[in-house]
Amino acid sequence: MSPDPAAAMPALAEARRQIEICNACRYCEGFCAVFPAMTLHRSFPDGEMVQFANLCHACQGCFHACQYTAPHEFDLNIPRVLAELRAESWERFVRPSWLARLVQGRGVAVAALAVVALAAMLAAIAALRPADGTGFYAHLSHAAMVTIFLPAFLAPLAVTGLALRDYWRAVGGAPLRIAHVLAALGDVARLRNLSGGAQGACHYEKGDRPSTARRHAHQAMFWGFVLCFAATSSGTVMHYALDWPAPYGLLTPPKLFGIPGGILMVIGGAWLAALKLRADPALGSPGRWGGEMAVTLLLVLVAASGLALWAATGTGAVASLLALHLGAVLALFLLIPYSKLVHGAFRLAALMRDAQTRGG
Amino acid sequence: MMPTADAMAATCWDVVVVGGGNAALTAAITAAERGARVLLLEGAPRPYRGGNSRHTRNFRCRHEGPLSVLTGSYGEEEYLRDLLLVTGGKTDEELARLTIRSSEACFGWMLAHGVHFQPSLSGTLSLSRTNAFFLGGGKALVNAYYNVAADLGVVVVYEAEVRHVVLRDGRFEAVEVRLAGQEVSVRGRAVVLAAGGFQGDIDWLARAWGPAARNFLIRGTPYNRGVVLRDMLDQGADSVGDPTQCHCVAIDGRAPKFDGGIVTRLDCVPFGVVVNRNGERFHDEGEDVWPKRYAIWGRLVAAQPEQVAYAIIDAKSAELFMPSVYPPVTAPTLEELGSRLGIAADRLSATVAAFNASCRPGPFHPTEIDGLATRGLVPPKSNWARPIDTPPFQGYALRPGVTFTYLGLKVDATARVAGSGGRYDNVWAAGEMMAGSILGQGYLAGFGMTIGTVFGRIAGEEAAAHVA
Repeated sequence: MSPDPAAAMPALAEARRQIEICNACRYCEGFCAVFPAMTLHRSFPDGEMVQFANLCHACQGCFHACQYTAPHEFDLNIPRVLAELRAESWERFVRPSWLARLVQGRGVAVAALAVVALAAMLAAIAALRPADGTGFYAHLSHAAMVTIFLPAFLAPLAVTGLALRDYWRAVGGAPLRIAHVLAALGDVARLRNLSGGAQGACHYEKGDRPSTARRHAHQAMFWGFVLCFAATSSGTVMHYALDWPAPYGLLTPPKLFGIPGGILMVIGGAWLAALKLRADPALGSPGRWGGEMAVTLLLVLVAASGLALWAATGTGAVASLLALHLGAVLALFLLIPYSKLVHGAFRLAALMRDAQTRGG
Repeated sequence: MMPTADAMAATCWDVVVVGGGNAALTAAITAAERGARVLLLEGAPRPYRGGNSRHTRNFRCRHEGPLSVLTGSYGEEEYLRDLLLVTGGKTDEELARLTIRSSEACFGWMLAHGVHFQPSLSGTLSLSRTNAFFLGGGKALVNAYYNVAADLGVVVVYEAEVRHVVLRDGRFEAVEVRLAGQEVSVRGRAVVLAAGGFQGDIDWLARAWGPAARNFLIRGTPYNRGVVLRDMLDQGADSVGDPTQCHCVAIDGRAPKFDGGIVTRLDCVPFGVVVNRNGERFHDEGEDVWPKRYAIWGRLVAAQPEQVAYAIIDAKSAELFMPSVYPPVTAPTLEELGSRLGIAADRLSATVAAFNASCRPGPFHPTEIDGLATRGLVPPKSNWARPIDTPPFQGYALRPGVTFTYLGLKVDATARVAGSGGRYDNVWAAGEMMAGSILGQGYLAGFGMTIGTVFGRIAGEEAAAHVA
């Protein structure tokens, strides 16, 4: 991690300039948690700025309500400058920083990693074809999958955990209490800060007209992801604790969670991507559109290939669909700390810190 | 899609609305909802649409019990008393009561037309009973109304400068508009005039006020230049309000010439002393709590040499007021602060020394009248008088900031404008352009938006009924 925050996060100075103007206005207090948090301060050290950036859910309400946006000389664009600082803060706290900087904004890098992961999976399936096994284990044994995915899952989690530890220090976080965690999880579950306060809607694809589309699309993606995670977890428990290996029937937890979860992810992800095409890029982080779009599409690929794999059960397409699905999942795991995917972890930390600041 | 000049001229519109702020939009929406074919001519370019409404944050609302974000109750008589207090009785009581009574119904109307409310902002708790704050402020309200208007088929044209209202035998016939360098005559069957005051025309301000007005800052839109108001007055329309009166407050002297809005306010005056360029104090800084005094300080500063003054505080008071948008000028000594601010340095320290010597010990309460007054000082400081002795010292330049002017068109309870020959057949006015009928002087926070909404709705209804 770079010792000099200003060098690592060039957007700090501009973000601070804008926030100081906001703090003299305060018209936006009702939109989200950023503005009430701001009013607790008269000056804004780096840690507070980074906290605001990660607390901001990019609902864009403040931009459209702002009397000081360009062409006004104050030239405020809070969603953009906080998005930029947010991305810079991830690049600073995630190790190695150079990898985060290389991948985060670049759709090409994300796609290249996905291709490499896919090739690795094809090679693994070709080289490690088991002598026996049923379902997709006929193509790649359970042991081989665990050997590949356990480190590919745990290493990114460890990197993300270390980054969060540094974030927590930088924002001056105190020891957590269960109430802070519950408050933050409640905010995440309801996407409270993407609701625009009393407006009940954010802004994205329709300019100054409020819209609930992005909020709904994100909820579909988020809850779909949670269901798919539950499917995988239940499968793990069944495999090890109940000695009940895959394939699983339609009325078993992995399928009951996984199928609706996968469908929700495909719908949510495709919807998010479509909305992103219509949204104004001037309100997002400059230079990171491609990377953001690429991971959204990767999420869709993970879910869609999973569903396709299930649909292809017993056909000759299983081997190639298995490679596609596992390759996409592998790329997704590896990208967690180095792409926009990491926003979930930082956002949760920021919400917990905010609950702490509010609740004392 | 904005229509071309030719298309505008080819149509005879039911209702032409001149202006693009709260009152204009309210009138346009109301008329369109009654089936009228409405054209709205906004003088500003799209990013600056909405006039001074862009900078507002709340409206003052009568209510007989807790209503959404409004606490307690605020009845007609109390509301009227507050108005009489600030206007010194310069109001038309019939119109004032009409406005106050109608304000409660406006709340629901606004909700139904896309406006959302938020609890009183931090630092404005004193207004939580009387004023309903717009979520995001006035620009969010303006955006909501433009979207509703578009959905209702109101045709909106930006950068449409209305130069002349064509009146013949007491009847409105057309407006002459400059649009993209072209002069267009747009015909209509009724017109609603809601184009604000004239504070954006510095020459007019200087004629009314004297040359000192050239040093005034304009807190709101530069597009309210009073062109339509002047044109109507020149044609014999009845006027209300004193042309020499404007709502003028002391704001940060470094604010932009136009459109600085809310952030340029400075709330530090009660906690220090205020001196002019010569380092002399000229008014009691602690007369009353700041929300009741900020509006007189514009005028006080306007009377000082070069229309500038300096608020001086010390480190003890640096965090007692809302943060300023520009950082204060600071210095370790008063001499240095004086020279950095351009005040005769020895004069500033001498004035502060005399002030400090007149301060007495006693309890200090920054948020209420504390009676901590100077003794034997002229002018006195009646509250919050603590010695200015703790470095670093801080100074803010103050200049007069004009919010709006009071001169306007006289209207009756149906928002109808009158001329020398009686009421015009089909001319209505709403908003700042007629607010002088109710607000002869002074100001009540959030009352401008109330007048605009109430009379915008009346004007829209009357104009639509006229063409129906």
